[in-house]
Amino acid sequence: MLLNIKDLHVSIGDKEIIKGFNLSVNKGEVHAIMGPNGTGKSTLAAAITGREGYDITKGEIFFKDELINDWEPDKRASEGIFLSFQYPIEIPGVSMTNFMRTALNAQREYHNLPPIAAGEFLKKMEEKKKLVDIQSKLTNRSVNEGFSGGEKKKNEIFQMAMLEPSLAILDETDSGLDIDALKVVAKGVNQLKSEDNAFVIITHYQRLLDYIVPDFVHVMYDGRIVKSGGKGLAVELESSGYEWIKEQFGA
Amino acid sequence: MTDEKNEKQVLHEVTSGEYKYGFFTNIEADQAPKGLSEDIIRFISAKKNEPEWLLEFRLKAYRHWLTIEEPDWALLHHPPIDYQDIIYYSAPKKKKELSSLDEVDPELLDTFNKLGISLEEQKHLAGVAVDAVVDSVSVKTTFQDTLKKHDIIFCSFSEAVQDHPDLVKKYLGSVVPYTDNYFAALNSAVFTDGSFCFIPKGVRCPIELSTYFRINAANTGQFERTLIVAEEGGYVSYLEGCTAPMRDENQLHAAIVELIALDNAEIKYSTVQNWYPGDKNGKGGIYNFVTKRGLCKGNSSKISWTQVETGSAITWKYPSCILLGDNSVGEFYSVAVTNNFQQADTGTKMQHLGKNTRSTIISKGISAGQSNNSYRGMVRVGKRAENARNFSQCDSLLLGDKCGAHTFPYIKTNNPTAIVEHEATTSKISDDQLFYCQQRGIDMEKSIGLIVNGYAKDVLNKLPMEFAVEAQKLLAITLEGSVG
Repeated sequence: MLLNIKDLHVSIGDKEIIKGFNLSVNKGEVHAIMGPNGTGKSTLAAAITGREGYDITKGEIFFKDELINDWEPDKRASEGIFLSFQYPIEIPGVSMTNFMRTALNAQREYHNLPPIAAGEFLKKMEEKKKLVDIQSKLTNRSVNEGFSGGEKKKNEIFQMAMLEPSLAILDETDSGLDIDALKVVAKGVNQLKSEDNAFVIITHYQRLLDYIVPDFVHVMYDGRIVKSGGKGLAVELESSGYEWIKEQFGA
Repeated sequence: MTDEKNEKQVLHEVTSGEYKYGFFTNIEADQAPKGLSEDIIRFISAKKNEPEWLLEFRLKAYRHWLTIEEPDWALLHHPPIDYQDIIYYSAPKKKKELSSLDEVDPELLDTFNKLGISLEEQKHLAGVAVDAVVDSVSVKTTFQDTLKKHDIIFCSFSEAVQDHPDLVKKYLGSVVPYTDNYFAALNSAVFTDGSFCFIPKGVRCPIELSTYFRINAANTGQFERTLIVAEEGGYVSYLEGCTAPMRDENQLHAAIVELIALDNAEIKYSTVQNWYPGDKNGKGGIYNFVTKRGLCKGNSSKISWTQVETGSAITWKYPSCILLGDNSVGEFYSVAVTNNFQQADTGTKMQHLGKNTRSTIISKGISAGQSNNSYRGMVRVGKRAENARNFSQCDSLLLGDKCGAHTFPYIKTNNPTAIVEHEATTSKISDDQLFYCQQRGIDMEKSIGLIVNGYAKDVLNKLPMEFAVEAQKLLAITLEGSVG
């Protein structure tokens, strides 16, 4: 099993956001986590990736059968957990090339590998840029600075392609994307999908799932999964909305 | 995980890094007794076999110094300096004249090797002529032959006094008179050595000129004097780099750098300053009171200061430009990092006197630990300076919540056609940025280094290549607990 979350409770300050969350993800699977705003979807992503200020008060997160509750974010990343940010962060003055090489080499160092050769690195950059139709030279652009909304999201998928994680969490990657950009992002994800990795796609809307077909769909509400099913569930949600969930599971 | 606590801990660790270059060379010093008097000045002057006029210059400076007070307007705090408790002259004993690197004291070469600036390597690989100053006396000058071919003079100040007295007499004190300020007066009275560079008319210096300063013997104040003159159409890029061995007692350093650019001449002066900043409790460290000023004397001349300041317990330094010639250009690019209990009050003065003069100021302050970092700058436009332009950008970056950043911009324009722009920002490294880097596999320390280097990039880009790499490393070393 790649990811196994057991009875997870997560608080931000005194406020409990995740309230007994369970999820198992195997290699080769695509899971979609859907639900209305404010049910804890992004908090879940933050907890899995080890973000500061998201305190696990109860429960366990296992990744590749290891308990990772106390791992630093960079260790989790190097072990193969990748987060495509809902709002990618700008880092002025740091070129994408430098950022990517630093990240890649940090992960290689973690696995006791020597730094990647310059030629090999640039070749890899060119190859992965094509995957998400990034035309611009990234060498002279700072991380996410001056990127349009669509470019930022493509850039997240590009980084995923460069780092080749075994678990990718896509947090609202579809938000703010026009249909063309959405297709590009989906195409990138589909090409990266393999028997050795898994995707957890967090989304409010069903439309991304037209292009990235999930094996499982989970409906999250008030900090836990209230309903799971196959890809049909997403379609059902699209037509019926989230109101019935609120009525059925609301406090 | 207890995330917030963790961040504080890491931030504490990375901001309490110990100085990496803590070692000192055991070279027998030939030194003056402690204290300052006319006799000491005569001793220094005699030791250096100086002409009468130079002794007179020193004595006048000393007598003036006696009449003035130490300035107290900077945002700096330190115990009073006992000027009678300082040794004003100290020289490594020279066994004989040196004609090659093989004859240089092996221990001294070892010191340079520890710093990663092997003279030999630089000589062969980087094409840099190095005038190495250890404890005030130049030990070795390289690449003289190449320079000679272009009629460029690059030597120690003492040699210049002996070999080119007329040039020294003509320009010494012409940009920074001994009456300029307290520390300039002190330096003028007791300076022991430094560098002299003269670029004749129409000559572009083909190599970067470099001087590495080190402060070595305990309790030795170091008073450098640098004079660079570029005649009409001349060009030179000059690098000054510093590291100092670890000391417990505070050491005073009061240097003067004078630059003179004639018509169409350009001088680029780059500094990486990494003197001992004191330990993480604020004990020890160098007091660095420096007067650096360039005179764009000729029309269309240009002087550019670039500095990366990571060291010293106290930095008091305002590399400035007097834009006298019409169409002359002044530039100041600065990164100043303070950590632990360091204090920096640094900036620049741009004096626009000629017509169509332009100046650019880019200052990036980075404060960590419990340090204080101030930018102090003045832009003054004179009556005659039609169409003067200035652009200033002063940014401050804070790491943690115990440090301070301050900006003191002064603008005085006496000409209505002047355009002076000033931008200032203060920011903190955001948790979002740190997490973003960490999520890609980069640890906290490296993430801080990456973000800080990005922040300082506009200035680092102005440094010559070899220096930029060293400067990036220094920023990382200064802010990280460990490196490599």
